[in-house]
Amino acid sequence: MLINNSLVYLIALPLAGAAILLLAGRRSDKWGHILATLLSAASFIVGLLQLSQMLARPTGQRAVEQKLFEWISVGTFKVDAGLMLDQLSICFVLLITGVGTLIHIYSISYMSHDHDRRRFFAYLNLFIAAMLLLVLGNSYLNLYVGWEGVGLASYLLIGFWNQKPAYATASKKAFIMNRVGDMGLSFAIMIAFASLGTFSFAGIKEAAPHASTASLTAIGIMLLVAATGKSAQFPLQAWLGDAMAGPTPVSALIHAATMVTAGVYLITRSNFIFDAAPTAQLLVIIVGAVTLLFGAVIGTAKDDIKKALAASTMSQIGYMILGAGLGPVGYAFAIMHLLTHGFFKAGMFLGAGSVMHGMDDEVNMRKYGNLRKFMPITFVTFGLGYLAILGVPPFAGFYSKDKIIETAFNAGGTRGLLIGSAALLGAGLTAFYMTRVMILTFTGAPRWDEKAHPHESPILMWLPMAILAIGSVSSGFLLSRGNALVNWLAPLFAEHAEKAAVLKPVVVTSLALLMVVIGVVIAFMKYSRGEVSSVAPEDVSALTKIVRRDLLQDDFNEAVFMRTGQGITNTLVKTDELVIDGLVRGVGSAALGSAGALRKSQTGFVRSYAAWILLGAVVLVAAIWLVTQ
Amino acid sequence: MNAANYLYVSALLFTIGAVGVVVRRNAIVVFMCVELMLNAANLAFVTFSRINGNLDGQVVAFFTMVVAACEVVVGLAIIVTIYRSRRSASVDDASLLKR
Repeated sequence: MLINNSLVYLIALPLAGAAILLLAGRRSDKWGHILATLLSAASFIVGLLQLSQMLARPTGQRAVEQKLFEWISVGTFKVDAGLMLDQLSICFVLLITGVGTLIHIYSISYMSHDHDRRRFFAYLNLFIAAMLLLVLGNSYLNLYVGWEGVGLASYLLIGFWNQKPAYATASKKAFIMNRVGDMGLSFAIMIAFASLGTFSFAGIKEAAPHASTASLTAIGIMLLVAATGKSAQFPLQAWLGDAMAGPTPVSALIHAATMVTAGVYLITRSNFIFDAAPTAQLLVIIVGAVTLLFGAVIGTAKDDIKKALAASTMSQIGYMILGAGLGPVGYAFAIMHLLTHGFFKAGMFLGAGSVMHGMDDEVNMRKYGNLRKFMPITFVTFGLGYLAILGVPPFAGFYSKDKIIETAFNAGGTRGLLIGSAALLGAGLTAFYMTRVMILTFTGAPRWDEKAHPHESPILMWLPMAILAIGSVSSGFLLSRGNALVNWLAPLFAEHAEKAAVLKPVVVTSLALLMVVIGVVIAFMKYSRGEVSSVAPEDVSALTKIVRRDLLQDDFNEAVFMRTGQGITNTLVKTDELVIDGLVRGVGSAALGSAGALRKSQTGFVRSYAAWILLGAVVLVAAIWLVTQ
Repeated sequence: MNAANYLYVSALLFTIGAVGVVVRRNAIVVFMCVELMLNAANLAFVTFSRINGNLDGQVVAFFTMVVAACEVVVGLAIIVTIYRSRRSASVDDASLLKR
């Protein structure tokens, strides 16, 4: 039992770590990373204790809510800062602190040569605290604080090596694109307050059935905009690839396992809104389906190992969003895929970091090859993650991804067929590009630079990878055994009748496996036979060129938004210079000119002053005379 | 005799004084013209006192005399000092404030 059973400790521990490390400055260089790791681990332990207490309570009373303080109090308008831990939050709390702690441990070694390692750990702790606040807030306003906090931490960490201008630009790009999504969230909150009169999840859940469908649809669409920004979903997906500028542990923690899944959390948390707004729900499905294909297609042409994984993350989150869009049947599967993805994708990113560590920070997979001989542990852990993301039974992805595909088909009608096929196609593409990554990196002939000396990473790095690999193997089985996660989350979501399955699970599984096998075989045919060039071939089809340019996402944004924005800005600057500045300058020069003219009257001759006085007196007398006449 | 005639004299004296102040350069003459204006005012005060049949105007005339006496003391001192330093009593020469 804790001193008191407060949820604050979860957030306060890592937040204190960030504060201490940032305030103590260089004095904490020697022990900062250890403190940060310990505090993150402590938060994980608090989370485990909370889970054990939650398990001890009966199903109906598992959620706990706690008021912290009165946050805003204006007249009759009152907002409390409060925390809420329920079945959904605890999943996230354990994922964030658990994977977070492993990545802290990994970073101790990965960042050991960086003289700014302490600052890195301070930001990591800040991120953990903000992310915990995001999932623990009991109202949209509290969630918003955490939402902005993770955006800040993400910005700071992507631009951690901001001495390179390209990296600094990448962090700005991520931040600005996230702002677009954040705007959606703030609009959603405002609409919710205007139409439902409250911010809290509980209050909105209660009021939602009585609200008009139009306002619920508006809230839902705005929430979706927020989710697309934070989770790098279409059409706000372009920042994720560049976000790989951050150190690899950051990519693993923030841009694979936790922060980018905040959009899935938001939609799942707002299930009561989406259930009552079918239009918004349909848009969620479309966004998810488009992104899962979009990301997978981009992944097929990436030579940068981290960017290939980033495209894969985008695609996998597309699966989660798709699952969340399917309504009460899909929420639990979205969360399950989120958790298993947290394990295998974080594991693979750490594996990529380990490869880079051994290859002098080389990220181009065409310069790799045959690394399994030199990095056996990395190969095995990465390989287990690979099997998990492919959905090979009995690895984690099999349980979560297949369920989403199955649920998609069960949506029924043309819609079910379309999104189900999209999800199946995505599975095939995933198999292709992940196999490509495996082949290029770990097999074939070595294509290294001469000065590269590949070597296995130290224990502090491979231990977290191994633990995550164990999760990649077992988490799916554990979470779906006896429908454990589905039943655990069931009290949060609306009840739903079991629909008749359109396709039998066995059929879906075999179809998915067939797609996976096709993807793997194509990848083997293409990359495993014959030499792989160490530079990307130029004589490729126009389609490949387009995919290499990320399906023109940046060109589109530049042409449509950046140029327009620049045009507007230039016009405004011109208007400012000509009209507003012109007005101000006009007043100034008028004063100056009249002063120059009037100055001449100050001759310095007493007699002229006397004459002026006389004139004034005469005028005065004349005026009085005229008035009294 | 008509009291208005005194006012005409007063106005004439005041005009002579005012024109003198504006057109003459010699500080002493300017000074005397100022005195002339003051005395023109005094004459007007006394005349009004006579017209209204009370002593208010005469009292003010005494105040004016006192002020004029003080002014003469200070003014002459300044003129003498200027003359000593610049060897000239011209008011146009003492236009240093402009520069």
